[in-house]
Amino acid sequence: MGTRFGDRIIKLLSLLFASIIILLIAGIIYELISGSARSLSTFGWRFLVTSTWDPVSKVFGALPFIFGTVVSSFIALCIALPLSMGIAIFLSELAPKKVRVYVSLMIEMLAAVPSIIYGLWGLFVMTPFLQVHVEPFLGRYLGFIPLFQGPPVGVGMLAGGLILSIMIIPTIASITRDIFNTIPTLSKEAGYAIGMTRWEVIAKVVFPQARSGMVGAIMLGFGRALGETMAITMVIGNAPAISASLFSPAYTLSSVIANEFTEATSKIYISSLIELALLLFIISMIFNAIAKLLIRKGRFSA
Amino acid sequence: MNSMSYLKRRIVNRTMLLLSYGSAVLGVAVLFLILSYIVVKGMSSINLDFFIKLPKPTGETGGGIANAIVGSFIVVGIASVIAIPVGVMSGIYLSEFGKNRFASLVRYFADVMNGIPSIVTGIVAYVFVVVPMHRFSALAGGIALSIMMIPIITRTSEELIRMVPDTIREAGLALGIPQWKVIMFVVLRTASTGIVTGIMLAVARVGGETAPLLFTAFNNSFMSLRLDQPISTMTVLIYNYASSPYPDWNTIAWGTAFLLIVIVLIVNIVSKVFTNTKYSL
Amino acid sequence: MTKKLVIEHLNAWFGTIQALKDINLDIEENSVTAVIGPSGCGKTTFVRCLNRIHEVVDNAKVKGNVLLDGENIYSNTMDPVLVRRRIGMVFQKPNPFPTMSIFENVAAGLRLNGTKKKNEIADVVEKSIKMAALWDEVKDKLYKSATTLSGGQQQRLCIARTIAIEPEVILMDEPASALDPISTARIEELIQQIKERYTIVIVTHNMQQAARVSDYTGFFLLGELIEFNRTSDIFTNPGDKRTEDYITGRFG
Repeated sequence: MGTRFGDRIIKLLSLLFASIIILLIAGIIYELISGSARSLSTFGWRFLVTSTWDPVSKVFGALPFIFGTVVSSFIALCIALPLSMGIAIFLSELAPKKVRVYVSLMIEMLAAVPSIIYGLWGLFVMTPFLQVHVEPFLGRYLGFIPLFQGPPVGVGMLAGGLILSIMIIPTIASITRDIFNTIPTLSKEAGYAIGMTRWEVIAKVVFPQARSGMVGAIMLGFGRALGETMAITMVIGNAPAISASLFSPAYTLSSVIANEFTEATSKIYISSLIELALLLFIISMIFNAIAKLLIRKGRFSA
Repeated sequence: MNSMSYLKRRIVNRTMLLLSYGSAVLGVAVLFLILSYIVVKGMSSINLDFFIKLPKPTGETGGGIANAIVGSFIVVGIASVIAIPVGVMSGIYLSEFGKNRFASLVRYFADVMNGIPSIVTGIVAYVFVVVPMHRFSALAGGIALSIMMIPIITRTSEELIRMVPDTIREAGLALGIPQWKVIMFVVLRTASTGIVTGIMLAVARVGGETAPLLFTAFNNSFMSLRLDQPISTMTVLIYNYASSPYPDWNTIAWGTAFLLIVIVLIVNIVSKVFTNTKYSL
Repeated sequence: MTKKLVIEHLNAWFGTIQALKDINLDIEENSVTAVIGPSGCGKTTFVRCLNRIHEVVDNAKVKGNVLLDGENIYSNTMDPVLVRRRIGMVFQKPNPFPTMSIFENVAAGLRLNGTKKKNEIADVVEKSIKMAALWDEVKDKLYKSATTLSGGQQQRLCIARTIAIEPEVILMDEPASALDPISTARIEELIQQIKERYTIVIVTHNMQQAARVSDYTGFFLLGELIEFNRTSDIFTNPGDKRTEDYITGRFG
């Protein structure tokens, strides 16, 4: 019959397009693994735990980049977490409706700003400021802690963590706000009814109910930070060092790829860079998967 | 009642709420700080030449970024041509026929795809397109961006098509309209405002991407309209010019950033307003 | 009198729950048949089986025969789409297409079924809206969105939309339940006016409405057809104790 034929066509056609997504992911995984096969077989696990990155003698170890990626993202999280929670509380519990609309919009705009623009601003505005004002200050008063030792150069781990924190605040804040909003007013009112202050209601009623969703939002933000490329490449200093000081330059997985991929000549060099990409892919996949799970679990069907 | 502990509770309450207000103020302040720098430093390099001239070699002042503007539109255009049909059709599949395990797998994979770091997307497009073609190309850049766009458009389309109430589908079927026409001309149309908004947001998002283009579209100092040749884009140009030691080039980077952010923010604000006012079922 | 619809051994399920049990019933041409019964008795499911729209819901199943002019709409060679063109339906909540104008709503059935001629479409739209007693209210704003209309107007628009595809039977599933009394009265008037051209089956939970508009009434309870008769007989002289209890308000 004519009409059933059309129905079948659209079902098949849409199925075909949906299959493209599956094929793409399969292709991506296949290419990443086969691309890094040479490096995987040459270096094995040593790739993850050695620090030499020497294209000339063709020895590659990713430890400094893993260090740089994880530490910069961790710093970002330490800065972004309290601020995001503050913003989420403000947006869901404190702000009057009109203010809420505009502040929400602005936080979303913060998420819309392209990474390259954060990088540009970070490079020309933030790092000089860090070098001239913040780092000398920290060095003078907190210099006894290894974290704040060393010459203030501006670009480095601190700058990287800061710029990443600005970029993940909108992610964490808006998801957390959404989760706070799903918590029934009734249970908050129960808190007020027994004489809790606003903060106590937030800390003792809202937080416990939103916990798994909040953890999910944090994981998602962390995952974003791990995979971020442009902004951090422009401010982290791009030197494969493992240093205790936040002032010293560092290097991330994504930055190495961005900087060296077009210049890589030998097969093992390219293969090692693709293995870095594979690493990034696996890490961000893990964080995303856990985050999604927690956020789904954390939503209340009010 | 113990008045000391009550006082303490009130102080804690005040402090924490103030901190919350403070973080909101800080968040907004950072946005304005960044935007004001872009405006102040970028606006001065915007003039007619900026839009219609090509970049000058180092040492010469003036020039424009016409090639990068055109290039960005071409690359994003290629990405859209690929990603919009794939995304919308996949969205239709997931919402209208998506109650099986295959669909859950597609949903899961779309989420995985959405989480792929943009630099990895660049590598993938490099291996898929640049290696077999033996050269960087606008096409490779477009494909890289489409890999980022597809999951966004898929999931937003799915969500928006799913929001169309079943009563609308039944109204169509009850008129003796075949299911496929109900989907394509009634359901899709009902969801269209939202889908268009979602597509606009996806375009704005990938239009600001740099990392996937570094080793796909690469760059080009000349005007190029060819899809099989390297092409200049605004974002890669900002990166290259910002990292260069020449102040003239840095200025051009700020100007380009200004143009980029104006486009991105306008699209975002317009689509927000659009969704809030027009989209009501 | 000819029989427009003959329902034989009709059973319907949602998953494992049986919503209709062995319904047998004849519907006269150009009459109004009311289907009454308490909520959940299967009356909505019943009419949804008559244009094969029940089966579009997940896990929904139908067994039995529904003969339209002697032809079984559930036979394997019957295309449900063609069935629905002959048996139109108006739903409980007005459901105009929200992104289409008033004109487009009424034209949708024709256009999407392949009619191309503009004049023909415009004629049919005008005729249908007039027949739905809506013309005077909307003639100046045909190209405005259908969602600008009031609930009662939207429902008459849905009736116009159904009339436009020129069906033989019109099913109405509690068409006035979401409307105010004045709009309800207009819909009832409308039913009286169009019944000479169509065979109408109307589901209602409002017994006065059934008594006012229908020629025949069927009383459903727990998925079974308890009693079917002329409306006047059902309301003055019910044959079954349960029917009597229901129409005198003792349950439901």
